[in-house]
Amino acid sequence: MAYQMNFAPVMALAPQLFEGAFNTLILSGQSIVAGIAIGVVGAVGRTEGPRWLDRAIGAYVELFRNTPLLVQLFLIFFGLPYIGLRLSANAAAIIAVALNLGAYSTEILRAGLQAIPRTQIEAGLALGMSRLQVVRYVVIVPALRIIYPALTGQLTLTLLGSSIASAISATELTAAGARIESTTFRSLETFLCVAVIYIAMTFTFRFIYWLIGLLLFRRKAPPKPSLIADISEISRVGV
Amino acid sequence: MSALHINEIQKYFGALLVLDGVSLDIAQSEVVAVIGRSGSGKSTMLRCINGLEKIQAGSIEVAGHRIGPQGGDLRSLRKEVGMVFQSYNLFPHLTVLENVTLAPKVVKGVGREEAEAIAHDVLRRVGLAEKSGAYSDELSGGQQQRVAIARSLAMQPKVMLFDEVTSALDPELTGEVLKTMEELADAGMTMVLVTHEMGFARQVADRTVFMHKGKVWEQGPSEELFSYPQTPELRNFIAPNLK
Amino acid sequence: MIRSFGWESVEFLIRGAGWTLLLSFMTFVIGGCFALIFALLRTLGPKPVRLAIAGFIQLVQATPLLIIVFLSFYGLSFVGLHFPPMVGAGLSLAVYTTVFLGDIWRGCIEAIPRQQWEAADALALTRMQQLRYVILPQAFKISLGPTVGFMVQIVKNTSVVALIGFVELTRAGQLLNNMTFQPFHVFLTVAAIYFAICYPMSFLSERLKGNRHVRPAH
Repeated sequence: MAYQMNFAPVMALAPQLFEGAFNTLILSGQSIVAGIAIGVVGAVGRTEGPRWLDRAIGAYVELFRNTPLLVQLFLIFFGLPYIGLRLSANAAAIIAVALNLGAYSTEILRAGLQAIPRTQIEAGLALGMSRLQVVRYVVIVPALRIIYPALTGQLTLTLLGSSIASAISATELTAAGARIESTTFRSLETFLCVAVIYIAMTFTFRFIYWLIGLLLFRRKAPPKPSLIADISEISRVGV
Repeated sequence: MSALHINEIQKYFGALLVLDGVSLDIAQSEVVAVIGRSGSGKSTMLRCINGLEKIQAGSIEVAGHRIGPQGGDLRSLRKEVGMVFQSYNLFPHLTVLENVTLAPKVVKGVGREEAEAIAHDVLRRVGLAEKSGAYSDELSGGQQQRVAIARSLAMQPKVMLFDEVTSALDPELTGEVLKTMEELADAGMTMVLVTHEMGFARQVADRTVFMHKGKVWEQGPSEELFSYPQTPELRNFIAPNLK
Repeated sequence: MIRSFGWESVEFLIRGAGWTLLLSFMTFVIGGCFALIFALLRTLGPKPVRLAIAGFIQLVQATPLLIIVFLSFYGLSFVGLHFPPMVGAGLSLAVYTTVFLGDIWRGCIEAIPRQQWEAADALALTRMQQLRYVILPQAFKISLGPTVGFMVQIVKNTSVVALIGFVELTRAGQLLNNMTFQPFHVFLTVAAIYFAICYPMSFLSERLKGNRHVRPAH
């Protein structure tokens, strides 16, 4: 074989990879906070709001779930300046990933809200609880328990999907890898290292999700976080 | 000559001993009811007979086939030992006719026409000849269970095992299934039935076996066993049923 | 040479969309074949095989699609295999598809109650006959909705091979943008074409999922 694996040149630039990994965490962290916020508003808007709001949010969800994240990213980064909105690569990436996650999490959270039987809510109200108290004590934990596998799976996909941001040279892990590859010409070695870092991050997060699940759903064994918990979940997660 | 010979079998689920040296002899054309509390091992014993559960010690000889702790030729055994389950387990994607003809066709290699002739015959025996085009979700529980019996009969078994076949049925539907089984018994089929229907056991079974703690606790001709239970455990078990 | 965004540009993009569809189809076929093997081996294979497949699935599912594509793309040439871009792109995407579809289909097989296996077993069907006549027909029905749903993901996923230079819809959009400097029009049109392909599939997927009945409609 003509080609010999050689990791040394890549290892010499390892600090760049770690910086990239750190930036990936920051980027996806910000997107996740914003995306989940969108999802909460979207899910409540769809279930509790007027019909036009349900329709409008539904359109947003379908538009973002049926087009690639990469195209959404291009549209925001290259397209928005056309209507006078110029964003940095990182800002564009955060917005694109957040909007994408927002669409998916709207549907996941909505499924959770709908999974709680009306009778449970009525029982809470009949005990004299306020609507807010019903949500706080009766709805949230069981609903979260049901959607937990899909939700954590979606968060994993979001972390991994943020690698798309490298296409507009946002400063994250995949872009760092691409930069190293272009200076060392060690493509395979570079991306193997990058893959190992992503895998390590993903497994760490899955462990954290599992721990959080353990605390939240103390009574029973927490649902195992996995990408696809139930086959019916598959169209609820994605990027 | 016995149709079924169970010799000192032992069965563990993990560390739990569920069958503790069970022995039983069943003659050709004999109908044997097995009763006992849940957890007594009666269903497990039945499932061992056609190899759905492995045994850890002892041996079973049924219809000329032998199973031991090493297993046995389950395929050819099952061709001659039919089994009917509590939850019917019809194949929901197939019609009644397809349910009944599947095994004769793919296991015995019977041609389509012959398989359908057999199917029509057994469906007539269970009183469901007109339902051959239906799917299982269009049938009542009692009808589904009769189809399951027909499906098993279509393999022309020498011995038939019934695992609490009326337990999942509404009370008003058990009668039709019990009647089908009684007709089978009258026709000379060798049958082992695990059941909660004491009245049926007493009336139809030649012999009743009471299982307790993984053992054959007491057995005898049905009428005698129910009239004169010898052990306090059996007396306790049947007392509420005598009312 | 296209200088500004017009009908000619739309035509150019639609040709790109043709490649997207072809690539999606190839990915689905190649990935689907391996996925079926994975699903069967993971439910029925010997334990070491099941563990190896589960491990591989865990690793691939924890790696971004883009990195998988880079790795298979460079990995193939590393082991001395050189394919036309179309095949290389298709194979790279197929790795990802195999892992996810394999998992979905395994779920469908495992969703069939154990009693169905037992009933077929008690009727003396062999393991293969049980699969062929009893389990797979039912699993197939259940899998339709999720499978069509995942096809949407496949179509969207093909966009990443734009980043290794394969000219499909997204890459065509990038090229067009370089010629016309009208990114807003270009990428909005690109998004609209993706939507036109994906939305009907998403819709169908939801409809199929509502119909969980395993018997044929009549």
